[in-house]
Amino acid sequence: MTTWVALVVVVLMLVSALAVLLLRSFVAAVAATAVVGLGLTVLFVLMRAPDVAMTEAAVGAGLSGVILALALRRLGLWRVEDNGQGGGDA
Amino acid sequence: MMSLTLEGVVLIGALGLIVIGALGMAISNHLFRMLLALVIAESGANLLIVLSGYRVGASAPILGFSDPTTPMVDPIPQVLVLTAIVIGVGVQALAVALLLKVYRVYGTLNVRELRDRMDADVATAAGVEADASQDAPAGERPLPPVPARASGGAGGFGRRGPVTFPPHSDERRP
Repeated sequence: MTTWVALVVVVLMLVSALAVLLLRSFVAAVAATAVVGLGLTVLFVLMRAPDVAMTEAAVGAGLSGVILALALRRLGLWRVEDNGQGGGDA
Repeated sequence: MMSLTLEGVVLIGALGLIVIGALGMAISNHLFRMLLALVIAESGANLLIVLSGYRVGASAPILGFSDPTTPMVDPIPQVLVLTAIVIGVGVQALAVALLLKVYRVYGTLNVRELRDRMDADVATAAGVEADASQDAPAGERPLPPVPARASGGAGGFGRRGPVTFPPHSDERRP
């Protein structure tokens, strides 16, 4: 049971890690990075490290996502409606 | 069929994250995407360190949760990862500050445009003409390589037909 949960979470993390490299919109890439951090939290709980999971959820997923999103605004990359023009070339 | 264990699945996940992150840092064209790839690789490294302390059937290393005589997982890698997570966020903040500085000075984060603009800046500071491209640097144009006179059909490094050179290349050659 635990193994299957870990398998689903690992597949989700790998897919979103690939999405970070392939998505053209930087907002979506930052969101995919946060998804990787949250999957990491679930894996830490499964590996009997609840304190590390708390820290990862609060700092790794929360604070890091906020920092990266605010940096997007300052860097002029915050374009939600990205129709293939502009954005970043991966 | 190979039996599926928790350690095996997590090991594959951690190695996959490290590989994807390193690959992304290597092939990205944009500095911000390089930063995101660095975050991913760091997550994979943290997962790998926590995995090294895992024991099958052990409990969490917290007193009061279970019988103290049962085995616990190794708490040392967990403490190390606890520190590494916080330091990782500090590294991200520093990288974001550097990206902001670069963006304000050069106006772009694309590594190719950035390289051209930095080359132009260096040339301006040195008082010389900027390079037109990598193949035509500033100053005197270098002599082309000695042409391999088409003696056979196999030579010429894949060029088809006779190789012609501009006439000025012959009169400047001693």
